[in-house]
Amino acid sequence: MDEFILIFRHEDGNKVASPEQLQIWMKQTMDWIGSIAAQNKFSGGNGLPFEDSKVVRPNNMVTNGPFGDIKETIGGYIMVKADSVDEAVEFAKGCPVLQGEGNSVEVRKIAKGDGIH
Amino acid sequence: MNDFLFIFRTDYGAMPTGTPEEAQAATKKWMDWVAGIAAQNKLVDRGNRLKTTGAVLRPNNIITNGPYTEIKESIGGYTMVRASSLEEATELAKGCPILQMGGNVEIREVNPL
Amino acid sequence: MHKDLYGNGPAALVCKPGHCLFSLMEQQELIPHLFRTEFRKITAVLCKLFGMEHIEIAEDIASDTFLSAVETWSFKGLPANPTAWLYAVAKNKAKNYCSHHAVFTQKVAGQVQAVTTVEEIQVDLSEENITDSQLQMLFAICHPAIAVEAQIGLSLRILCGFGIDEIAGAFLTNKETINKRLFRAKEKLRAERIPIEFPPPAAINKRLETVLTTLYLLFSEGYYSESQDTVLRKDLCIEAMRLTYLLIENGQTNLPQVNALMSLMCFHASRFEARMNKQGEAVLYHEQDEQLWNHDLITQGTYFFNQASTGASISKYHIEAGIAYWHTIKADTKEKWESILQLYNQLLQLEYSPIAALNRTYALSKANSKQEAIAEAEKLQLTDNHFYYTLLGELYKGIDNQKAKNNYQKALGLAKTRTDRHTIQKQIDQLV
Repeated sequence: MDEFILIFRHEDGNKVASPEQLQIWMKQTMDWIGSIAAQNKFSGGNGLPFEDSKVVRPNNMVTNGPFGDIKETIGGYIMVKADSVDEAVEFAKGCPVLQGEGNSVEVRKIAKGDGIH
Repeated sequence: MNDFLFIFRTDYGAMPTGTPEEAQAATKKWMDWVAGIAAQNKLVDRGNRLKTTGAVLRPNNIITNGPYTEIKESIGGYTMVRASSLEEATELAKGCPILQMGGNVEIREVNPL
Repeated sequence: MHKDLYGNGPAALVCKPGHCLFSLMEQQELIPHLFRTEFRKITAVLCKLFGMEHIEIAEDIASDTFLSAVETWSFKGLPANPTAWLYAVAKNKAKNYCSHHAVFTQKVAGQVQAVTTVEEIQVDLSEENITDSQLQMLFAICHPAIAVEAQIGLSLRILCGFGIDEIAGAFLTNKETINKRLFRAKEKLRAERIPIEFPPPAAINKRLETVLTTLYLLFSEGYYSESQDTVLRKDLCIEAMRLTYLLIENGQTNLPQVNALMSLMCFHASRFEARMNKQGEAVLYHEQDEQLWNHDLITQGTYFFNQASTGASISKYHIEAGIAYWHTIKADTKEKWESILQLYNQLLQLEYSPIAALNRTYALSKANSKQEAIAEAEKLQLTDNHFYYTLLGELYKGIDNQKAKNNYQKALGLAKTRTDRHTIQKQIDQLV
């Protein structure tokens, strides 16, 4: 069984949600992750708040965001165990982040045992 | 102390396909850098490299194969460190070998789910 | 006797010899009671004194002491202070053993303190040394090098003073199997040269993990055992709680995760009387008579839960204690099930187990909807688990009774114990 990372990309990291929306979103996220964990396919993850972040570039250049040449900001990630990228994508389909138009979940296979990581 | 995630971004297309010796030297640089953080007892999880294969899922179940592995700054891997401030974490990131290859390191404070 | 201990909480969990009780007790009851409380103390102290390689000698001397008690007391009647009598006899027997086994004594004397002669060997049966020895034995027995099953067996024998047939009863097996298991475990303790000592401060957290796992399993063994012997099952739970309390009483091990485990045990134990009816059949949670729940234990559970709520890290015992807490509130509110659901979501991320996955899905049906829970349950595919089909049966009830029945039938086919089959059959009968 392989491991995949599901990276949550938000189109606009500066959007401010109401506390009520946040609470609903939290519950949906926890239920979604609980569902994956109940299938014994969850292997870790974290949320990444938009504040307090930097980018280090070559020659010790440190900047605040934006973080890439794309406008999406990463809001968090989880790692799942799956037999194929398709199975991992199935898990991703339940991610509440996808309720936001323009948001996406990047699904990437994790490289293991290659001596570097 | 808080946990910070390092996200390594680089242009896969521009990555040189080096000789085995060069690859080994590159590996060593990574190992040395990560070990340096571990030696300060600040390594939480050495993380993983990400393969270039993957998919992107968008609302309404639209699945595509990119563009995140084709863009200039696609994610190549991540590492988790422990630091007392964003500044300290940023200092730790400065030694990352990806910077010598034109890549960059995004530093994000972690909010456990 | 045990029932009283059970209800009286932490103070009573540490079985201090209550002398006033002795006069009320018939000798017949007194000896088994003393055996349970004193055998383990004498054994722990002697083990600590002689070292792990002589664990059997310690056990033999302790057993021999009780044999003498039975013989002497039946002729002469009870001594004024039976416990003190036992300790004095145990000390003499230990000294006698040493003087008759010069080689053994030299070996022991060589490694124990600065003792050179038999006369100098001190058997210290003070309360302080008993507690220290028991704690150190707890860490030695619950060593990561020892298989978990063996840890539980050894704990029951050495730390809880259970007889071999009682242990066999608890594990639903025979005496030979238990004897063999204990023998192998002791061999392993010797081979690994596991010292009887308190772990160094830096290692305590790590070593506690194993100790807590064993105590947790010991408790579960009593709580969920298939054994029909209610007294024995309750004893297992009390012993697990007593040993956990031993850790709480010690400053170095009075840590959040230990209090969380204690809290969890108190909350669970509060329902002990309500979980079985007079016929020895399991009573499902929502059918339990709340009047039978022990409110003192719930109060104590809350106390330990508050004690556990310090420090930054949350152990699985914290989460499980939280879940157990919500189960002490009978009212079926949305808030209750939403809290339980989120706790199971958290628990599963920390450590997967099929039973947590099933319970999470049940909580989901209560907090969200049956439809959502059915979709989630179908993903679990725990097809060799009768609880899985019982859950599906429960979820389909009222939505698709035929499917509910089919699932209960599958559960019936997989259930191994009479009690489980009976419970499932009752569900099927109710559907028709």
